[in-house]
Amino acid sequence: MTTSPENPSAATSGLTAQCQQYKAAAENVRELLLADLIHICEIPAPTGGEEPRIRFMANRFAEIGLADIAIDTEGNGTATIPGREGRRNLLVLTNADTLVKEPKDRTVDVRADRLVGPFVGDNSIALATLTTLPLLLEKLNLTFKANIVLLASTRSLGRGNLQGLKHFLTTVGRSFAAGLCLESVQLGRLNYHCMGLLLGDVWCRLPENYNWSQYGATGSIIPMSDIISRISQISLPRRPLSTIVLGMIRGGITANNIARETVLSFEARSESQEILKAIKQQLSDIIAEVGARSGVNITLDVIAQREPGGLDIGHPLVRRASEVLTALGLQPMLYSTTSQLSALRDAKIPGLTVGLTLGERRYELDEIDESVTINPLTTGLAQVVAILQAMDEDEAQ
Amino acid sequence: MSSPRWLRQLLRHAPAKPRRQLAVADWLSSRTFHHSQFADLKALVQEKERQNLRISLCLPALNEAKTIGKEIILLKAELMTRYPLLDELAVIDSGSTDQTMEVAAAYGASIYAASDILPQYGDKQGKGVNLWKALYQLRGDIIIYIDADISNIRPHFAYGLVGPLLRLPEVQYVKAFYDRPLISAKGARLSGGGRVTEILVRPLFSLFFPELTAIIQPLSGEYAGRRAALERLPFPIGYGVETAHLLDIYQRCGLAAFAQTDLDQRIHRNQSTHALGKMAFGILQTFFRRWPIADAAKALPAMAAVLRQFQHCEDHYEQIEFPLREEELPPIITTPEYQRAFKRCP
Repeated sequence: MTTSPENPSAATSGLTAQCQQYKAAAENVRELLLADLIHICEIPAPTGGEEPRIRFMANRFAEIGLADIAIDTEGNGTATIPGREGRRNLLVLTNADTLVKEPKDRTVDVRADRLVGPFVGDNSIALATLTTLPLLLEKLNLTFKANIVLLASTRSLGRGNLQGLKHFLTTVGRSFAAGLCLESVQLGRLNYHCMGLLLGDVWCRLPENYNWSQYGATGSIIPMSDIISRISQISLPRRPLSTIVLGMIRGGITANNIARETVLSFEARSESQEILKAIKQQLSDIIAEVGARSGVNITLDVIAQREPGGLDIGHPLVRRASEVLTALGLQPMLYSTTSQLSALRDAKIPGLTVGLTLGERRYELDEIDESVTINPLTTGLAQVVAILQAMDEDEAQ
Repeated sequence: MSSPRWLRQLLRHAPAKPRRQLAVADWLSSRTFHHSQFADLKALVQEKERQNLRISLCLPALNEAKTIGKEIILLKAELMTRYPLLDELAVIDSGSTDQTMEVAAAYGASIYAASDILPQYGDKQGKGVNLWKALYQLRGDIIIYIDADISNIRPHFAYGLVGPLLRLPEVQYVKAFYDRPLISAKGARLSGGGRVTEILVRPLFSLFFPELTAIIQPLSGEYAGRRAALERLPFPIGYGVETAHLLDIYQRCGLAAFAQTDLDQRIHRNQSTHALGKMAFGILQTFFRRWPIADAAKALPAMAAVLRQFQHCEDHYEQIEFPLREEELPPIITTPEYQRAFKRCP
């Protein structure tokens, strides 16, 4: 797959034909991908408890006959599709852990056109793509010059803070020419840049000497509501894009007991490191002020901090990936993300994130149900092959 | 009440092979397996090829759209595409009105309407009918039957059952057993299920067929058998089919013909006590029709074919009558259609 500056339309039609060929071949491995997806999805993998899921991945890698199958000291599962030349390495990766607590029933419901179940999207499809990609390449009889290193990384989410991936990148002893991060949804996304991130908890606790007999004692919830109200007043610019998500709050035990402890979990994101710093400063000021006024102990626990950065939108890799998506009939959705890209960026590895199918997530209190459609998966797989091929050919990037 | 004519004929014309005596304790230790003992699928496929056997898997279904797709994907991907252990995977449908057929088709199973197979043998519906018709429709030397309502299906449900048949030539029939968490509105709990087994079948076996109590879950819906054994069995059309298989194979070949495999856990729908009452009624009919019970039961009044249960209405109790006759299809080998199709004679 090479672009031809002399005849761009010929190059485009060549790419389209190639992508259609990949898509047709992907149809032949769809059943294997779905089977692995169900297996993977039904293996519990909370952050820090990914071992059974990684073992499944490693067994699959071994069955397929991949090289260098290993589970490292952080529990990351990895394997290599050896390249023809093997001078360069390309990394294809996704996180193995699932968000929030484990559901009671994690069985996957298979309908005629979709799969439904907790975490069926996030990130089981991406993991199943790692186990299916070698089979797809075999069906296509396609080899790369570079080694393709497949990685299911641990401790990515929440307090994990990409710990597995960072460990892998610093200890693997290989350099990577490029990295492709896989996300189950949404097909069409093309993330080339990562947003800066500040992830943390605000803890509001009653002091030991709290006066319980005082009529009107408000416990930890009222000061927390004050903090929330103040955070909502922080002014954020539309450009560079910046947001604060107050995602979770918990505290208290019953309606008629004063809450001793309340926790607010938040995530601030920005394309600007300066704005993130300012948000953090304002949070600290709010906490200090509300704490002083209410007489309760309020602390900020920063779980993760990541700087913004990544590729420029005009980077050849972004352009080539955009062409691939377009050739597959997708409208590329170019935007910044907070995924594993930041660890690649820190390791100075040019990276992209793509999605594999379409889906949605439904919340019901603390239960999560996800639904993903099956048909677009072949397009998602074809896209991975074509982008890897572009990365393989683009030695000058 | 006497044994049906076909059963007496079968027993007379096809005398049982010399029964190998196997003490229950020996049987339990030598014929009870865990599915992980057969997890080397490459070796199983080699063994199957060495013996030149064909293996068919049948999913009898009635309105199982919610679970059948998953069963097909997992069994087909692992046991046909990755490892060619199964030669065919078919759904025999009793006339589903939900999307069972569409979902099964979407994931590449062969689909047959039970009513289209050997229609001259009546249009009765029931799991036993589907299993019996599968013997005619499918080509395997070994047939695996797996219920289509299992939400936690895994490939070991099939290879765990076929493993003993490939390893031990004298084994004719393999039963599954498992921990059976029941799904309730509040999620899964760790154990339970098998109420009809524990309060009906096990006491009956303990009274009349103590050796058969070695079979941990005699009513499990998952089993595999050799065609040569299955084709000689009558098939009750409904709830009695599992019990009939055990009693009839035991009568012909003794305990040595059986093996059982632990499949770990099976998540299924819980059934109401009333539904279990019907199941028990069908099983009792099957039981009393069989040797030597049938001969002893001659002195009893004729068996009724109506189950009576109660329901509470506003200010009174109402008795509801369920006509439930556990009819039986003859051994398929006695049908001319089967004899022609498979070149077999009884």
